[in-house]
Amino acid sequence: MSGSERTRTAERVAAMTLRYLYLHKRSLPRTLEVVFWPVMELLLWGFVALYVRQVSNGALAAFGASLINAMIFWDLLYRSQQGVSISFIEDIWTQNITNLLVSPLRLREWLAATFLYGAMKTAVITGILAAIAYGLYRFDLVASMHLYLIPLAANLLFFGWALGVFTSGLVIRWGHAAEALIWGVPFLVQPLSAIFYPLSAMPAWLRPVALALPSTHVFEGMREVILTGRTAGGHLAAAAGLNLVYFALGGFFFRWMFIEARRSGRLGRLGTD
Amino acid sequence: MDIPGADGYNRRMTHENDAEASPLIRTRALTKIYDGSTALDALDLTLHRGEILGLLGPNGAGKTTAIHILLGLLEPTSGEASVFGLSPLTERHRIAARFNFSSAYVQLPSNLKVIENLRTYARLYGVRDRERRIAELLGTFEVGHLAGRITGALSAGERTRVNLAKAFLNDPELLLLDEPTASLDPEMADTVRRILLDIRRRKGLGILYTSHNMPEIESLCDRVLFIHEGRTIARGTPAEVVRHFRSANLEEAFIKIVRCGDLVWDRP
Repeated sequence: MSGSERTRTAERVAAMTLRYLYLHKRSLPRTLEVVFWPVMELLLWGFVALYVRQVSNGALAAFGASLINAMIFWDLLYRSQQGVSISFIEDIWTQNITNLLVSPLRLREWLAATFLYGAMKTAVITGILAAIAYGLYRFDLVASMHLYLIPLAANLLFFGWALGVFTSGLVIRWGHAAEALIWGVPFLVQPLSAIFYPLSAMPAWLRPVALALPSTHVFEGMREVILTGRTAGGHLAAAAGLNLVYFALGGFFFRWMFIEARRSGRLGRLGTD
Repeated sequence: MDIPGADGYNRRMTHENDAEASPLIRTRALTKIYDGSTALDALDLTLHRGEILGLLGPNGAGKTTAIHILLGLLEPTSGEASVFGLSPLTERHRIAARFNFSSAYVQLPSNLKVIENLRTYARLYGVRDRERRIAELLGTFEVGHLAGRITGALSAGERTRVNLAKAFLNDPELLLLDEPTASLDPEMADTVRRILLDIRRRKGLGILYTSHNMPEIESLCDRVLFIHEGRTIARGTPAEVVRHFRSANLEEAFIKIVRCGDLVWDRP
């Protein structure tokens, strides 16, 4: 890619990122909605964790602390997936998608903008949740995770993006009929990711499936750091490797669905039916 | 070669170089079949620089199918389509910056301000001196006073004019306009037609135009191409088509063509 093409690519990614940020400029309900659900969830799980800590000690008390951490991390994964898919579907809802598809915007630039916007939103929400957790429950996210916080969170962000690309592919192929899956797919992953309970709590036959998900390694790694203080290097490496695979699969799937929608005529009808 | 336009304006086709003479759009035997049903049947279409071609036909005739193929949104079953001599399917990115599109059925995001929408698209099209260009087009389409308004709060006619402003942002060589004046009042529709003719005269851009408004087609298009149930039924200048079908005007010819689908006239 030449220097001028790189500049044009950056310009188009910036255009789409700004297009998503414009939405927050004047819509207070939209901005509050982004924060509302995670904060409510944190309040719920935070008080449960507080209660567990009050009535127990030792490992169970540490488990209480891991619940708060798990809730914040789960929200990070969910929001990054939603950041990609909702941004994508926004242009279908507003019947703008044809304008974008015939513009010089490339699909990878469009996805890059949704990643960037999703990462910004996720960073803001995670910051707010971490502040509330510290203020209300004396739970210090940074101190509990030390240096592992960043790579573990980054792995969840990447997995969320991969899931977002996958669900966007479903929408581009099946249109409005597939919209429910945007909200549903993360909840398919949730029980398998050992978020609020350890992998050992799952039946033996299900564990290989769980271990095929990067999120399971992140949550297992998180508990390892909090409960034992041991390093989570193995889980981190496994999560990163699996993320590469899921990211590539998500990209292939999206492209396949795009080509299929272009063949069937669905692509031109997106947003108009 | 002088080609008289319906507006009395003569375009001089220069053949000084191939780029000037080569068509903006060319399709050959373009066909699309959906589940055994033929939506477009062997369409041959050519659009040159400085020319306005009306693509006409009743609802479901295959106009949208043809436009979607040219936009790179739909893969044809067989045949060829090229825009600027390039494939819309495989070379869309080389085409996209040189052309633009506006349709009564495609909107700009309703939850953004007019100016935000135009800034977004100006960036996407790599427009230099964005603010000046946007101000110029807002003035041309008489929507400067709407720049700070939310797009969704505009009337249908105002939105159409903003859509047209977006379509001219990149100073295109080719425009695909799908019923662009469908929601405009007669006065504004006339203004838009005059703007299109003026820009065509000054810049020599080619326009593929669809509309159900036959008087508009007669006043605007150099040539028309009728399709019905995917098949090409007639082609020629509006006056030639009217004459051939022994009609008083293009609207009457349109009705005859649609009611007697077996009438086929392809100007040699």
